[in-house]
Amino acid sequence: MSYLQSVPPHDLEAHLADHDSKTVLRFITCGSVDDGKSTLIGRLLFDAKLVFEDQLVNLGRVGSPGAANGEEVDLALLLDGLEAEREQGITIDVAYRYFATSKRKFIVADTPGHEEYTRNMVTGASTADLAVILIDSRQGILQQTRRHSYIASLLGIHHVVLAVNKIDLVEFRQSVFDEIAADYRAFAKELGFASIQPIPISARFGDNVISASQNTPWYKGPALLEYLETVQLDPPEAERPFRFPVQLVVRPNANFRGYAGQVASGRVSVGDPVVVAKSGQRSSVKAIVTFDGNLATAAEGEAVTLVLADEVDASRGNMLVAPAARPFVADQFQAHVIWFDANPMLPGRSYILRTETDSVSATVTALKHQVNINSFAREAAKSLQMNEVGVCNISTQAPIAFDAYKDNRATGNFVFVDRVTNATVGAGMIDFPLRRADNVHWQATDVNKGARAAMKSQRPAVLWFTGLSGSGKSTIANALDRLLHARGKHTYMLDGDNVRHGLNRDLGFTEADRVENIRRIAEVAKLMADAGLIVLVSFISPFRGERRMARELMEAGEFIEIFVDTPLEECARRDPKGLYEKALAGKIANFTGVSSPYEVPENPELHLKTVEEDPIVLALKIEEFLDRHMEDK
Amino acid sequence: MSLANLRRLEAEAIHVLREVVATFSNPVVLYSIGKDSSVLLHLAMKAFFPAKPPFPFLHVDTRWKFRQMIEFRDRMARELGFNLLVHINQDGVDQGIGPFTHGSNLHTHVMKTMALRQALEKYGFDAALAGARRDEEKSRAKERMFSIRNAQHGWDPKRQRPEMWKTYNTRVGAGETMRVFPLSNWTEFDIWQYILQENIPIVPLYFAARRPVVRRDGMLIMIDDDRMPLEPDEEVMDRMVRFRTLGCYPLTGAIDSEAATVPDILREMLTVRTSERQSRLIDTDEAGAMEKKKREGYF
Repeated sequence: MSYLQSVPPHDLEAHLADHDSKTVLRFITCGSVDDGKSTLIGRLLFDAKLVFEDQLVNLGRVGSPGAANGEEVDLALLLDGLEAEREQGITIDVAYRYFATSKRKFIVADTPGHEEYTRNMVTGASTADLAVILIDSRQGILQQTRRHSYIASLLGIHHVVLAVNKIDLVEFRQSVFDEIAADYRAFAKELGFASIQPIPISARFGDNVISASQNTPWYKGPALLEYLETVQLDPPEAERPFRFPVQLVVRPNANFRGYAGQVASGRVSVGDPVVVAKSGQRSSVKAIVTFDGNLATAAEGEAVTLVLADEVDASRGNMLVAPAARPFVADQFQAHVIWFDANPMLPGRSYILRTETDSVSATVTALKHQVNINSFAREAAKSLQMNEVGVCNISTQAPIAFDAYKDNRATGNFVFVDRVTNATVGAGMIDFPLRRADNVHWQATDVNKGARAAMKSQRPAVLWFTGLSGSGKSTIANALDRLLHARGKHTYMLDGDNVRHGLNRDLGFTEADRVENIRRIAEVAKLMADAGLIVLVSFISPFRGERRMARELMEAGEFIEIFVDTPLEECARRDPKGLYEKALAGKIANFTGVSSPYEVPENPELHLKTVEEDPIVLALKIEEFLDRHMEDK
Repeated sequence: MSLANLRRLEAEAIHVLREVVATFSNPVVLYSIGKDSSVLLHLAMKAFFPAKPPFPFLHVDTRWKFRQMIEFRDRMARELGFNLLVHINQDGVDQGIGPFTHGSNLHTHVMKTMALRQALEKYGFDAALAGARRDEEKSRAKERMFSIRNAQHGWDPKRQRPEMWKTYNTRVGAGETMRVFPLSNWTEFDIWQYILQENIPIVPLYFAARRPVVRRDGMLIMIDDDRMPLEPDEEVMDRMVRFRTLGCYPLTGAIDSEAATVPDILREMLTVRTSERQSRLIDTDEAGAMEKKKREGYF
């Protein structure tokens, strides 16, 4: 929808200039299901005459199934743009609407109330300045009210309108309104909002939506629209330090090298000194280039290309910053994480961590606690389930440049991406760097891996045997070990069961423990490869993510994934340890293939089918592969 | 956040264009020749300056576009020197698919949706940028900036990724592609104000002129060539009209208007009471039409 006006202006240019310079308020509507969020926005647009005629006609057309109010137009249908939403009469995904009044421009994100779709509420909240939190007068504060209030504060929203809706259904009683407002203020005390404005409204009938209602003479405050038009937003912090995340390097020819990006905070002028955040290299700004001519200064929000006076190394993911106030550069930090995925977040599992322009491998090294959104209490947890919030220590494979989220929303955020599905599985707000990163340095040693391997006349390798329990991993690995040993190769066999007797004695079989189990084994295998050995790891390792994590720990070409492929029925028939019998009888929880998934390797270096072949023959196949593999390098 | 409205929208779109180039190996712009595409083209010229836009511009030609659109397209490619690709669904041509003979639904599906899928697969594009805006239509209001499509190019609204801040997840799996909408947060009014401010060339059909039209299904359809059969009761009128959106000429309604310049159009917009999609026949075939088309791979 466009910015409709009721009176056409006489002077178009003045009108356009005025229109362009209006401040923009980004807000979300949130709250529990059926509190009337979509109806409220529909009412706001309708009463302010901001709905096009054909859009109203369309409401009539699709109206019947979802029109809860009989003859009336169901205003929520203006917003619920998906078929599933209209059928179920709920909002599933966030809808954005744009409108303007004579005082301000508005971008409103109408977010879903169902807990299941919290991720879509977070999507809307991440860029909002203000939250309109709806409450059903008859219900008072519900769990979802608390959840959304907490998430709004976590994402840095400082202003709240408490829309006490359906006030008509409690006969416009002041006592109901006062009680809900008092309850909310008491509950929200810990959330640190800068302002909370309670307003009694009826979205269905329009009370106090765009003008004061006759039905609530006891309410002396502003109507919703009036408040949104005038609420004082946080003043733009011109004095925040300069941050410029590099998006890409523009090199049209040998004479031009510019860093393209959008100023995340502060400002920069030609001649200003800047520092490359990760390396500490210094230079100064030689030119600020745009299509419309060079600029003297670039301020927060502007997309420009910076040319520096010196040749420095700054690529995508790095940041150009003010020398006097630098961001943190670290590979370990604490963050608040909101989890979105049906698969829980597990400490030790490897994810891709994406900041605005950087992308690195990362693991959660510790889940310090989970936050109970009803009481805000810290509770111990081993994993984060969908829609839960936790405080985590995070370790990245390479250092990233960042600020605390409370100081800078743009440079203090990240998302977690699943390595296998590529889904966005979590969002993070960084609290502070962890000091360990500064104090624990890698010990350089004089006798290195190459020297150790050369003395053994071999190339180190990690042969990773994965497959179901009873598939024949250990049998084949044993046979290969004997073959290699006989040829004078230096090997070591790491067996899943054996390791569990010692190093991993403290771990059970939950998903979280399995991930940690593999992480430790992979690290041990890496040390052994570093010692120059050929390591044979025989290990169910059911999850693709963990096998990939192990692969990435090793040097390129060093990790050889061997899929020992035996059908489940055959494994259960062999059942060398009697485990399948117990598992199928329900006596073992989390048993791979029976009550816990096995994710088949997608691109293993070797795929062995055990049903047709003898273990010795398969071991010889691996040896052949190894010989070729070693010659290649 | 004190940037003026258009500066802010411009910077946001440039940021998105650069993210695409930085993270995809083979992106393309879907160039539909309309006003939004013209703005997107202008922004692409800005985003990589002094370099040229490092991707081609693809036009899916249904063979039923207004003649002035095709002239304009070829002139722009010549003047700005961008890499223009034109794709036509040859199967559809062989079968003689057209809006008059087969109806708007089938025509759009074969000559637009299927053609687009063919072209994306032919060139192996992994990201396709387009000028769609959230304020055009209410299922579009639910779109992300970066919108993942499965290997069949379908949109699954329930599988949309959360999209926080400006931290975009640009990773796609094998066979999947990304649709990217840098103008998501622009309104129709913003587009016109920006065209005025930046003096962006647009197809003359947007400006009012006397044109031959007939009234059909409540819309004013312009007779752009001799392929349009007239009903017995239809009479050709010579009317002062212009177009708010452009598509296939038999499916795009004109509006009565005297607005012959961009400022005239802005003045007109301040009083208009209907949405721009009202003049698009393909959106009004049935309720939820746009969502259905998007699920099938339409933009």
